[in-house]
Amino acid sequence: MRHQLAIQIGPVAFRIGSAWRSPLDALAGLYADYPEPADGLCDFTVRLEPEKFWRRFIRPSVAIRGDYILPDAVPLSLAHGLLAAEMGMNLQMALGQKRYLLLHAATVEKDGRALVMTGESGAGKSTLAALLGERGWRLMGDEFALLDMDNGLLLPFPRAVSLKNGAIAVMEAEVDAARFGPRLDGTPKGAIRHMRPNGDALSRMGEGARPALILFPRFGEAAAVRAVGQAEVFIRLTQASTNYVALGRRGFDALTGLVRGVPALAIDYPDTDTAVGLIDDFRRELAA
Amino acid sequence: MAGALYIAEPAAAVSAVALDGLTLFFHAPSGMTHIVAAPAPEILGALRDGPADAAELIRRLRAHFDFEGDAEAAIRARLDELEAAGLVRRA
Repeated sequence: MRHQLAIQIGPVAFRIGSAWRSPLDALAGLYADYPEPADGLCDFTVRLEPEKFWRRFIRPSVAIRGDYILPDAVPLSLAHGLLAAEMGMNLQMALGQKRYLLLHAATVEKDGRALVMTGESGAGKSTLAALLGERGWRLMGDEFALLDMDNGLLLPFPRAVSLKNGAIAVMEAEVDAARFGPRLDGTPKGAIRHMRPNGDALSRMGEGARPALILFPRFGEAAAVRAVGQAEVFIRLTQASTNYVALGRRGFDALTGLVRGVPALAIDYPDTDTAVGLIDDFRRELAA
Repeated sequence: MAGALYIAEPAAAVSAVALDGLTLFFHAPSGMTHIVAAPAPEILGALRDGPADAAELIRRLRAHFDFEGDAEAAIRARLDELEAAGLVRRA
């Protein structure tokens, strides 16, 4: 590829190659404080290529390729090249990760206890994780929770937080402008702006944490909390995992171990401040 | 005449975990996870004592459990489900 960049995010190293310079410049800015892979070896490669050769120059559109490919992935416009790189990294993880049980979940940690938040798109887990990460918690990741199948620890994967639509203003009010990537309007998911996690999240990206609470947040309802039974938690987490089936018995043992060992709650919340308050209450109860 | 004989998958091929009233079975040969309720785990357990037809299976289960209603129809239905899941097969 003409342009290349290598980034270490938690235990995973990526190489991103691109036919154009602009998406990599945006990515390099966003990931400015991340380490390079220590041994130069990368787990996953993402390639941003023209859909067809001539489209590198005329109305360029970015096709996402890599070791693992979804055949119907839609090309994005070059203006959204940063989003293409981010989606490519997610895609390689989702399809290719075999070392860890991968849960589509956001994770934050405080006092050694990790909180795992999972839910459908729009449930607010990215926003909550990003906000908690600025209010005394350590952001471990907003997209994927990595469960180490050998010891049951969660490992950080603090990639840039992908803020969508209303969440962008919430975090712009909270965080220094230097930590944001460009605002991308009109993407398939609406407006998107990426935010670099803070120094604490980055300097401790090699530090796992013991899961202490699983949370199923739902935004837009009056505040309510209910316990979730283990069988329901198991079913929801298999749905939230991108590689549970591929991991076979190791995945089964790891996931049942997580479900049996960690309490789970579903919360409804009308606004993010209410959710942050509820979550801090849970943390105090767990610590008591 | 005796009915069809059923055989349980060997214990080594099936991991079982109980989660609040339900049982999860991971079936290693197929890689499938099954979530079942009583009496499916009890049927699988009873068949681990050796192949049995439905009548013998009910006799084994009656030694430990009480039945209400048409036990045989219910057991046959569960056997069909376990067979479809690959957790039980016919001899």
